[in-house]
Amino acid sequence: MVKRVAVVGIGTTGFRPVTPDVSFRELIFEAARKAYTDAGIEPSEIDGFITTAEDFMEGYSIADEYCPDQIGAVLKPTQTIPGDFIQGMATGYMMIMTGAFRTIAIEAHSKASNMRNIGELMGFAQDPVYNRPLRETPHAVAGLEMTRYLFESAASSEQCAQVVVKNKKNAMRNPYAAFGAEITEGDVLASEPISLPLHRLDIAPHADGAVVAVLADEDTARALCETPIWIEGLGWSTDTPTLEMRDWGEAAYARLAAEMAYRMAGIGNPAALIDFAEICDEYSYKELQHMEALKLCMPGEAAYMIESGATSYQGELPINISGGALGVGHLFEASGAHKILELVEQLRGNAGARQIPDVNVGLAQVWRGVPTATGAVAILSNM
Amino acid sequence: MKLEDFELGGTQLKASDFKTGKVLTTEWKPDLKYAWDNGVAIGRYLAEFKEGRIIARVCHKCDRIMLPPRMFCELCFRPTDEWMYVKDTGVINTFSIAKVNWDASRRGPKEPPLLPAVIEIDGASEGMGIMHMLGEADPKDFKIGMKVKAVWKKPEDRTGAITDILYFKPVAAGTEDKNKGRPEGRGKEVR
Ligand SMILES: [Zn+2]
Repeated sequence: MVKRVAVVGIGTTGFRPVTPDVSFRELIFEAARKAYTDAGIEPSEIDGFITTAEDFMEGYSIADEYCPDQIGAVLKPTQTIPGDFIQGMATGYMMIMTGAFRTIAIEAHSKASNMRNIGELMGFAQDPVYNRPLRETPHAVAGLEMTRYLFESAASSEQCAQVVVKNKKNAMRNPYAAFGAEITEGDVLASEPISLPLHRLDIAPHADGAVVAVLADEDTARALCETPIWIEGLGWSTDTPTLEMRDWGEAAYARLAAEMAYRMAGIGNPAALIDFAEICDEYSYKELQHMEALKLCMPGEAAYMIESGATSYQGELPINISGGALGVGHLFEASGAHKILELVEQLRGNAGARQIPDVNVGLAQVWRGVPTATGAVAILSNM
Repeated sequence: MKLEDFELGGTQLKASDFKTGKVLTTEWKPDLKYAWDNGVAIGRYLAEFKEGRIIARVCHKCDRIMLPPRMFCELCFRPTDEWMYVKDTGVINTFSIAKVNWDASRRGPKEPPLLPAVIEIDGASEGMGIMHMLGEADPKDFKIGMKVKAVWKKPEDRTGAITDILYFKPVAAGTEDKNKGRPEGRGKEVR
């Protein structure tokens, strides 16, 4: 019986605002080739493949059919999960746990720069009957949520701006990140108002890039590599899509996904056990809201942690050391992939200038963006 | 509770109710725009179309001359090695006689059928070539294995698209020889 599943290889192109030099196939090939070389395995030896993509973002109907070549999956078992990379990883984990697959490759990418009217595309995700006729910007959904979160938590716009300052600064140490910068709280608050209290710099700008990871069962993982990065916990959850009914203050989807992952990992006190976390900061306030949902702090406490520097590079619980979405770029369904990449590099001790010393357990959490209420959590360890 | 208790009910409708607008729906016309980066392989492929040439990529490991060209070999899973021009002639692998348009609307009684075809191009590996159209002959005269040649747009009308070739036409008897067969070996590398 399969006992554990590990990440045994990972590869990426890094992330850039635009990638006009390569097609999406060429982008994905680079990440896949690097992942298989990292794992010391050829795609012909991999038992199954999972890609994560949404047709509307790709501009193809049945985009899953256009995946096999660039991941080495021609004439192999392959499927697409229309969700985030971490949801794809959960599927890969379950496939290996059945015992029918020893190795699974998982792919995610963003070619956001190819979506030429991204506002309309994001707006298209709203309910066509209840919400779309109002013709509100998709960012308004985040603006609504930020207002309610600030009201319930007593966090401030200034504290949200500090999240932007921290993450963009972290990104300067990350060679993969597209949007590293030294900015101030004042720069964020003075940036173009979008859907207040949201300002332009509160919103993660989109980026292109690809990530591929290889998962393996315990025996295969130990044969392939010295430091398998073990998947200790996985969870995912979705709140109602109905904007008129959902909980606007608390990220319930994230809390439930985390509780599922903590149960699986046997973690009773996440704040004490998790060494560092990569969590969704697609909008600045989301980092604070998600910290509370993930029980990395008490409700209402996240704002104090950003204020005190507890979540900074040298703090007691570094959050988004990679730069997060605000610093790396928003990657749509590849958002979770970049977070898993950061966990693997940190847990292997390969994170270079941004390496956090002595880390054993990392948490990655992702949200699928407005107007969704879906989140997924993965907990990885090097022990 | 009985199963019937779960039925949410509704009103029985007649065809006339739809025609007279008694059935309400919400409509939305999406305005989505995409621009796919061609990248290295397809970028060069289309640039060569503009010059009236067809270019392939070679994988030295599996010895395939791949058309359309790609920067990686999906079987060997490694970068491909070199560019190579192939001919603008080939043989019909398969074809169809389409009496409807791409949106499934029927072609008019005076419109000729469309003739989509897969052409195995001379110089590319067996089974590889171009999905295009046939023309200049009666649909019933096309056969699998028939030799065909590209009919290009005038140079000034080409835009760097696969439509720079208008269609493939049967090669007339007597002109076949100079385009016959695949080149021996790999030919000359093109940079
Ligand atoms: Zn090859």
